[in-house]
Amino acid sequence: MKVNGVVYPTPADPRRLLSDHLRHDLGLTGTHVGCEHGVCGCCTVLLDGAPVRSCLLLAVQAEGHEVTTIEGLASDAAPLHPVQQAFHECHGLQCGFCTPGFVLSVVGLLAQHPNPTPEQVDEGIAGNLCRCTGYASIRRAVHRAAELSQK
Amino acid sequence: MTTRWFGARVQRVEDDRLLRGHGRFTDDIDDGALESCLVRSPYAHARIRSIDVTAARAMPGVIAVYTAAELPFGQTDLPILIPHPNLTHGRTQRCLASEVVRYVGEAVAFVVAESRCLAEDAAEMVEVDYEPLPVVITPESAARAEHLVHDDVPGNVAAEMIQEAGSVEAALAASPRRKRLHFRFERGAACPMEARAVWARWSTSERRLTVYDSTQSPTSIRGGLAVLFGLPESSVEVIAPDVGGGFGPKIMLFYPDELLVPFAAMQLGRPVKWTEDRQEHFTAVNQERGQVHEVEVGFDDEGKLLALDVDFVHDAGAYTPYGIILPIITAGQVPGPYRVPNYRVRFRDVYTNATPTSPYRGAGRPHACFVMERTLDRIAAELALDRAEVRRRNLIQPDQFPYEVGVAWQDGNAVVYDSGNYPVLLEKALANLGPRPGGDHVGMGLGMYVEGTGVGPYEGAHVQVLVSGKVVAATGIPSQGQAHATVWAQIVADELGVDVADVEVTGGDTRRFPWGVGTFASRGAVTAGNAMAVAAGMVAEKARQIAADHLEVDPADLELVGGKVQVKGSPDRGIALAAVAVLANPVRYAFGGGTEAATQFTARPRPGPPLHEGEQPGLEATGYYSPPASTWAAGCHTCYVRVDPQTFRLEILKYVVVHDCGRVINPLVVEGQIEGGVAQGIGGAFYERLHYDSEGQLRNASFMEFLMPYATEIPAIEIDHIETPSPLNPLGVKGAGEAGVIPVGAVLASAIEEALGVPITEMPLSPLKLFELVKTRS
Ligand code: FES
Ligand code: FES
Repeated sequence: MKVNGVVYPTPADPRRLLSDHLRHDLGLTGTHVGCEHGVCGCCTVLLDGAPVRSCLLLAVQAEGHEVTTIEGLASDAAPLHPVQQAFHECHGLQCGFCTPGFVLSVVGLLAQHPNPTPEQVDEGIAGNLCRCTGYASIRRAVHRAAELSQK
Repeated sequence: MTTRWFGARVQRVEDDRLLRGHGRFTDDIDDGALESCLVRSPYAHARIRSIDVTAARAMPGVIAVYTAAELPFGQTDLPILIPHPNLTHGRTQRCLASEVVRYVGEAVAFVVAESRCLAEDAAEMVEVDYEPLPVVITPESAARAEHLVHDDVPGNVAAEMIQEAGSVEAALAASPRRKRLHFRFERGAACPMEARAVWARWSTSERRLTVYDSTQSPTSIRGGLAVLFGLPESSVEVIAPDVGGGFGPKIMLFYPDELLVPFAAMQLGRPVKWTEDRQEHFTAVNQERGQVHEVEVGFDDEGKLLALDVDFVHDAGAYTPYGIILPIITAGQVPGPYRVPNYRVRFRDVYTNATPTSPYRGAGRPHACFVMERTLDRIAAELALDRAEVRRRNLIQPDQFPYEVGVAWQDGNAVVYDSGNYPVLLEKALANLGPRPGGDHVGMGLGMYVEGTGVGPYEGAHVQVLVSGKVVAATGIPSQGQAHATVWAQIVADELGVDVADVEVTGGDTRRFPWGVGTFASRGAVTAGNAMAVAAGMVAEKARQIAADHLEVDPADLELVGGKVQVKGSPDRGIALAAVAVLANPVRYAFGGGTEAATQFTARPRPGPPLHEGEQPGLEATGYYSPPASTWAAGCHTCYVRVDPQTFRLEILKYVVVHDCGRVINPLVVEGQIEGGVAQGIGGAFYERLHYDSEGQLRNASFMEFLMPYATEIPAIEIDHIETPSPLNPLGVKGAGEAGVIPVGAVLASAIEEALGVPITEMPLSPLKLFELVKTRS
C-alpha cells in the first residue's frame, strides 16, 4: 500500500485496523481515533482521494490503494494546504483532535463541489463530530477553503 | 503597558502543528510501552465473592495482572478532593474494588501485556464471582432509601445543607401569589472527542517518574503520585500534552488508571500505557447534572419576586470524590441576575449506583438556571405578562454592585457579584433577535444567567527573555483547546513590548512550571492570565533596571517597545531586550546577538559585586496571582425555534447570545468558546440522553445511540459582547469557558413550550419526549 506517496510493505497482522496500522506501525499519529466504531470521523483518511473511516477498514484492505493522511496534505516545509489554511484563519479548531478528520473530509467535499452551497457544506461535514467548536467556524472554514483553492 | 495585543483577534499560534497532524496526544506516545486494560464491573451493585486471575496471568504476552491485593495502596480510599463540614458521609472508591462494586464500569483488575489486544484477551480471562445486590439508580429512589448504596450511609445521604438569606417562611406567607413547581434534570456526559489516556516511565538510574496524562490538572496529579510513591515532588514529572477536549471530567484525582499505570511502570521497569476506549469512557468517566428540584415562589401582581424556596436532590453517583461542590454551585447560582429578597435553599446529595459525578462544563449551573428561568416563565404566564418584562422587573441594577446574594460560594466565600450590567444584556439580546418569523409552531426562548468564574486559590507563571530576544512563558495549567498559547502570549507580549510570535508558551508541564491548580471552572484567564501579567511585569521591571544602569538613565524614563528597552520617545537611545538578557547574567555568553553589546568591558562598571544582594541572574521572573474572590460573568440568550407537530423535529431558526466576560483578551477565542458551549448545550438539551435502565446498565454507551449533534443539528450563533471589567483583578477579565452552555436548556424549554403549548419541566428533551408530552396533554 502507498501512504502519502511512500510504498509500505503489507502489514504483518491481518487483524490490524488501518487506523492502528497508520498510527502505531507507521507512526502517522495525525490520524486520530475517537470512537473506533465508525461514528465520529476523527480517523478519516483519503483512500484513492475519497474520505473513508480508517477504523472501519482492516489495514490489508488498503493493499493496492493510495492512502493520504493528514501528514501527506502539505509537506513540513511547505505552506499549509488551502483547507488547513482556512481552518487556521477561521478558528476552525480548538483542541485539534477532530481536525485531521475534518480537514480530509473537506478536501473530499471540495473535490466534488468546488463551490459548495451551505447545504452541501453541512452534508459534507455531517460525518464528523466536533465537541469543541460548535461547527460554526468549521462551516466558515469550508467556504474560505473553497475561496483559497480557487486562487 | 501598551495594549497592542490584548483585545485583538489574534489568530492562534497553536494551529499549525495541529493542522499538519503533528499534535502530540497521550496515545500518540509509544516508546516501546507495554499496553494495558482494565477489568470493569458489569454490575451496578454487587458483592465480590472472589477474583481469580490465574488463567489471565498464564495467557501469552501477559506481563502482569493486578488486583487490590497486589497493590500497596490497595486498601487506601482515594482522596476526597474538597472536603466540607456538611459532607458527613463522604465516600470514595478504592483504586481497584475488592469487596463491593457500586457502578457499572468500576475497576476491579488491571492487566499489562505486550499489546493491547493481548491485554484485552487476558482481561476476559479474569474470573470475578459477583453476588448482585439491589440497585439504586434514580435520585428519587435514592432519597426514598429502600436500598442503600453504602451500608453505612443512612438514607443514602452523603450531605445535607440548608442556607437562607432573609426570611422565606414569612415572605411566602405575605406574598400575594405563591406557586409550587417541580423541575427535573437528568445526567449528561461531556464526551470529549479524545477519550482518556495515561503513559508512564520509571527511570531506575535517575529515580525519576515521568507521566503523560490527558488530564486538566497535571500539577495535582504530580502531587498525589509523589505522596503515594514516597518520592520527592522533584522526582515526579507530569505532562498534559495536547489534550483532545476536557470539559470537566478530565480532572478527577484520581481515576484508577492514573495510579495503576505509573505504579506498573515502576514495578515492571518498562514504560506502560493505557488508552481508554469509547465504550468504557461512557461509564468510567464522571458524569453530571442529575437533579430533582421542588420550588415554591412568592411574587406580587407586578411579577416581582418576593421569596424563593428551593429544595433539591443531587445525584452524586456511587462516590463523592469531588465533595459537594456541584450542589453548592447550584445553590449559589439559582438566583442568577435577579433580586431575590428572601431565598432559602436546601439540598441533599444522595448516592446512586451510577458513575460518580464531578463538574461537567456548566457544573451545577445549567440546572440552577433552568430552575430560575422556568420559574420566571411560570410567573409571566400566570400574570399574562411578557416573559422579558418579568425579567426586566427583577434584574439587579448596574448601580447595585457589588451585589451580595446571601449564600455561600464554592470557594467558601459568600456569593458576591463583582460587576455587571444585566439590563443591557437583556435589551441587546432582544434587539438582536429581531422580529418573530412567520408560520405555526414557532416559539421564542429567553434565558439569562450569571456565572461565578475564576476561582482560586492561585496560578503562577514563569517568564524569561532569552538571549536571542525570544520569550518563553510557562504556567502549570494545560489547555484542552482554549488557545492558552495564544492568549498568554498576547498578555506577555504587551508587557514586554514584543511580538506575539516571539513568545512561546508551555502549559501543563510540571518540568516547566511545577505549581498550580488546574484548568476548570472558567478560571484560566483570571488566574493564569493575571499570573502571566504579573510575571511579565516583573521581567519588564527588571529589564528597565538593567537597561537604566547600562544607559545611565532613570528606569522611570524607559519603555519596552519593539523588542527594545528605550528612553521614552527616543528610539535611538535604547538597548535590545536580547542584550538586556545577556547583561542580566554576570557570566556572559559566547553566542548570541546581544553578547557583544553586553560585554562587561563596555558595560558601565557598577560598584559592588557583579550580582548585588537580592539580585538574581537571568532576565526572568516567576509570579503568582491569587484572586480575592470569584469574578461574575453573565449573559442573555434568545432564540426562535420551530417544532414539527408531526415528527417533533426541532429547528432552531435563530440563536442569539449577548455575553459579558469582562475585558476580552481575544474575541476570536471567546466566540469559539461560546459557539462550542451553545452547541454542547443544544446536544444536552435535545439529543443526548444517558439511558440507564433499572439495573443500572447504561443502554446507549456508544456514539451510535448517544446522539451527539453533528453540524446538521447546530445553527449559526449570533454573538455580541458587552464588557464590564472585573474590579477584582488587574486585567479586568472574567472567565468564558462555560458560559455558552449554561442557559441553553432553559432557553430551548422556553421556546419549545411556546411552540407546542405544553409545559416543559424537565431536561433533556427529544422528539419522543415531546410526542409523549403532547399526547398526555390532549
Ligand atoms: S474513530 Fe473511526 S469513526 Fe470514530
Ligand atoms: S476541535 Fe476539539 S473536537 Fe473538534
